Formats: sequence, structure tokens, C-alpha cells
Amino acid sequence: MSPILGILASARSAANAANSYESIATVTVGSGGSSTVSFTSIPSTYQHLQIRGIGRNTYLDTFTSFTINFNSDTGSNYAWHYLYGDGSTALAGAATTQTVMREINFASGNLTTGVFSGFVIDALDYANTNKNKTIRILGGGDANGSGAVNLSSGVWLNTSAVTTITLTPSNSGNFAQYSSFALYGIKG
Amino acid sequence: MASTYEPIATTTLSSAASSVTFSSIPSTYTDLVCVVNAGITSGIEDIALTFNGDTGTNYSRTYMYGDGTSAVSGRTSSAARISLGSFGSGVINGNNIFSVMNYANSTTNKTVLSRGNNTGNHTIAYVGLWRSTAAITSMLLGTTGSTWMAGSTFTLYGIKAA
Repeated sequence: MSPILGILASARSAANAANSYESIATVTVGSGGSSTVSFTSIPSTYQHLQIRGIGRNTYLDTFTSFTINFNSDTGSNYAWHYLYGDGSTALAGAATTQTVMREINFASGNLTTGVFSGFVIDALDYANTNKNKTIRILGGGDANGSGAVNLSSGVWLNTSAVTTITLTPSNSGNFAQYSSFALYGIKG
Repeated sequence: MASTYEPIATTTLSSAASSVTFSSIPSTYTDLVCVVNAGITSGIEDIALTFNGDTGTNYSRTYMYGDGTSAVSGRTSSAARISLGSFGSGVINGNNIFSVMNYANSTTNKTVLSRGNNTGNHTIAYVGLWRSTAAITSMLLGTTGSTWMAGSTFTLYGIKAA
């Protein structure tokens, strides 16, 4: 089994590597929402990072997205691919030379109150200074008649160690109250 | 820092069983992860997942899978369970690992993320919804039309955020 494969590998971590999976920080959005969530001063002492959470964008749509940036880099240094199923069709797409990576199918303000999307984001070998940084995502949201599930990947074309991760809801929305983002470190 | 990924309970079936239940789940974790490696006694069926004994039509799911020929997506709404597949008969060749996100909060509906594989048929991903804001204290893993084989294993982990 590969050392980190989303929730599959998380199970591996628990089963085979006691004390190797540690909570670094958690952000839970309060009343009024939040235009962005950042994890800063991420220690370089882990092999991989994982962000697990639930969330919702206040923007008035059914499903939107949130973006992911490393180290506050807003240059066109990112690319991402996705595969998703929307309940009727399986679709794939990609975007290159982007200023962000993106998690799609993110529950938003037109859905019934209480519906939140889920996501598990793995950032692989994030502290290595010899290679570009890749992520993978299992995410999606279901709203009892609409929604989608997605498998996504992303790359940051930079060899710097990742010390800051910034998450921003699309369309100038806010992360809704009760959105929660938990950052974990996985030791090698 | 303390370890935050902990086993809560494991069940290995010594004989066929219609369901497996995890009860009295503590509220001290942030997410639950359930690892299922199983087979069933007849047909090809899914986990029939319910929470807190709720058998009302309060569940839904969206899925996509690849079966070696094509990629497919589908949906089930207003169901009495979240179906997560899939498992074949006579051999333990199915696995499904699903996360129940933020299961203990009492303000949001509960979202399930899942990846499953049936080595004879397909690989599949799901997002599921339980339309309830109740904290999850128990979950029942039945099947959608069969019984679990002896030797099937079910392990529940808790992940605790800072």
C-alpha cells in the first residue's frame, strides 16, 4: 500500500504507525463567516500533511469551489485535474497555468441549511525542497437530489517547503459558520 | 503532540451476520473512519449504512465508478440508508473505507466520503448525506440484500483534531 492515499492511507497510518498522525491546527468558522482560512508556520517535521473538513460557501449558488494556495504564492504556478460524478455523468477536466489549485463541488448558499460538503486533502512530501508539490483530494457534497463527488489532483510548480496553506471560497463568498478545517501531520 | 488517530472498535465475523453495529461511539473525535474488508453470502451488494437507528428516508448519495469499460455516475435520493459498495459473494474481495465527517457536531447534516473497490467489478467513490443535525452515536452496517460472510472485518477509527 502506498504511504498516503487519502482516507485509505489514513487508515494505514492508524493501523501501522502509532503516534505518527498528529493534529497541527484546526479552524472552525464562527458567526459572520470567514473570507479565508490560513494555516501558517506549518512545521517541517512531518512527511505529509492532510486537511480534513466540512464546509460551505455563503455565495448564492448550489455548488461552487474553494481555492488552495501555498506560501501565499498567487503567481500562475499551479495546475490541477479532476474527475467527478454529478449523479448522471462522470466528467473529467484540467486547468494549467493557474494561480490556484481548486476543490470543486463545494456546498453553497442556495442549498438547504445544514448541507455541508466534505473533503480530504493530502499534501505529499510538503517539506521537501527538491521537488514540486502535489496534492490529491477526495471531496464532494450531496444535497438529496443534487451534488457530486470528485477525485482531484494538483501541483504547485515550486520546490520550496510548504509553510503556509491558504483556502479561499470562490466567487468572493465566505466560508459559512460551522465550516471546519483540520490540519494534520503524518510522520514518515 | 499526542496521537490523534485511534482505533475505537474492531469486529471480525466468526460466522455470517446480517449486520454489524458500532454503538456508544464517543463524541471526543472530529471524524470517524470505518474500514471494511468483506464479502457477502449471495449476489453483489452494498453496505446499507444507517445512523442512530434512523430508518427514515433521510439519506442520499452520489457516486461515480469505473468498471473497466466506462465511467458512470448515479444518485439515490430520499433513501432509508446510504449504500456504499460493493461486495461479492463467496469471497472476501470487497473493501470500502468511509469517513463520517464532523460526526459529533449538532449543527450540520452529516456528510460521508467513501472509496470502495470490488476486485471483480469496479472502483468507486461516494459522497453521502444524512439529513440530521444529531451527533452520531451509533452506526449500523447492514447489507442491501444479503448477509456478511464469516471472516469479514470492520474497524472503526476516530480522528481527533486540535
